[in-house]
Amino acid sequence: MPRDEIAFTLDGRACSALEGDTVLTALLTQGQRLRESDFSDAPRAGFCLMGACQDCWVQLESGERLRACTTPLLPGMQVRTGARR
Amino acid sequence: MSSTPKERRFVIVGAGPAGMRAAERLVEAGERPVVIDEAQRFGGQIYRQPPAVMQRERRDLYGFEAGRAAAVLDRFEALRPQVDYRPQTLVWQVEASALQLLHAGRTTTLPFDALILATGATDRVLPFPGWTLPGVYTLGAAQVALKFQATLIGPRVVFAGTGPLLYLVAWQYASHGGQVAAVLDSAPLSAKLRAAPGMLARPTVAAKGAYFLARLRLLGVPLHGGVTLLKAEGRERVTGLSWLAQGTTHTTECDAVGFGHGLRSETQLADLAGCAFDWNEIDQAWLPQRDAAGRSSVRGVYLAGDGAGILGADAAELSGAGAAQAALDDLQASSPAAASARALPTSPAATSPATSPAAAMQPHVAFRRALETAFALPPNWAAEAPDDLIVCRCEEITAGELRACARDTGARELNRLKALTRIGMGRCQGRMCAPGAARLLAEATGCPLKDVGRLRGQAPVKPLPVALLHEAAPSTVVPEDEDD
Repeated sequence: MPRDEIAFTLDGRACSALEGDTVLTALLTQGQRLRESDFSDAPRAGFCLMGACQDCWVQLESGERLRACTTPLLPGMQVRTGARR
Repeated sequence: MSSTPKERRFVIVGAGPAGMRAAERLVEAGERPVVIDEAQRFGGQIYRQPPAVMQRERRDLYGFEAGRAAAVLDRFEALRPQVDYRPQTLVWQVEASALQLLHAGRTTTLPFDALILATGATDRVLPFPGWTLPGVYTLGAAQVALKFQATLIGPRVVFAGTGPLLYLVAWQYASHGGQVAAVLDSAPLSAKLRAAPGMLARPTVAAKGAYFLARLRLLGVPLHGGVTLLKAEGRERVTGLSWLAQGTTHTTECDAVGFGHGLRSETQLADLAGCAFDWNEIDQAWLPQRDAAGRSSVRGVYLAGDGAGILGADAAELSGAGAAQAALDDLQASSPAAASARALPTSPAATSPATSPAAAMQPHVAFRRALETAFALPPNWAAEAPDDLIVCRCEEITAGELRACARDTGARELNRLKALTRIGMGRCQGRMCAPGAARLLAEATGCPLKDVGRLRGQAPVKPLPVALLHEAAPSTVVPEDEDD
């Protein structure tokens, strides 16, 4: 079953993913990391994918924070990974 | 329990095999249970379903377990009109007779008369250097990627650690277009032979395991036992895994690593409910006490599935139904109108001792014991962990910091270590670090693992939006730092 494309932005850049993708899937299709560690600059990209480890929290441009592995990507989401641009 | 039968509310937390079968039993008895689940769709981790727009053949999703998956998923789907099913909902606190829920950014209170906790499990992780690098995931995560998102954690993957999931996931990847660069088992392959007699408690399950191994061999996937994981290589993401076997160091190039060391029960809600815990030798963990029917030490709170002890999906279905029956029996017995009330179906235990819950569970317990032999945890993990190993991935607390704390302060108990080092205090609340931290503390103090205790659960059990904490009653949220 072909899936519809969903448009979103990642650190201001226009991107697209597929309906049914989580925010994590959409972001890791575009790049290697979701965020940097709060305690070092080390890159992170999630770990358990089931909402337990809390490693994949990202921020929307609005400031709202969400857990990428359990949040479905919605059209028009503006995601900020905190990665250096 | 003063409520009348028609008002009583049964609440099930978790919509995996245990929760779904508990709901079925309650619906059969004429109840309308509330089923709360964090996921988008029911199924739990083992029978996790993709989003509706990505529905696939069950044979493709669940392999040999497709029949079991179909039976329980279709049954729950059919029950939906009689179940108050609440997906994408987090239980973040348990009070005396009410749950605090979070759904769509709002918290609500849900009172209950009987609570069945079927909270499942996550991977038990004993970390190795580099495990925080992008591309390194749990074995469970590798499965979630495949079942839920129809994707792989990488095109070329090393699977490592130990446990039955190791070979299952490797086979799933190999048969879904993934290249399995190696399967590295920390337990020696000879341990499988030693465990073989015990595995005959469930011969078909054992045969499936043997099948995965044989298929992987046939595909030419390198399989190694007795492996020590040295380091995930790479800077921006994992590019290889270094490991040691029989005194020789190897590096296997890869784009991703899936690893884990069996499963650990999600016990936070049982803890918040006030359940007493016992040491479990098989799981090497403190688990909430339960009787053969699933009653916890707290009246009105029942335990089922892997959240109360790791026994697998088939046992979870049994214990889910059993816990629901116990809840029905107890509310029936305590009802003032019990004598005149309509007769509820009686527990199978009462009518047929041959199929008592304990007897039905026996092969699962025997099999689980054999698995622990076949997939023994690396015995020297704590002694061999380097000082700079990150144990807490939330706050990057190292093995050396934990050792130094034990040495310098004399801390001998896990919550003391937590207060002094913040281990287990980060966002995951110890879900990922506790097995490692407990082993390091036991090793540093020369105590048995049991004696270092367990991290106490704290509400909220998962992060809540800060704005919501102001809405919640002050007494329901205990600041972490107040502990100890």
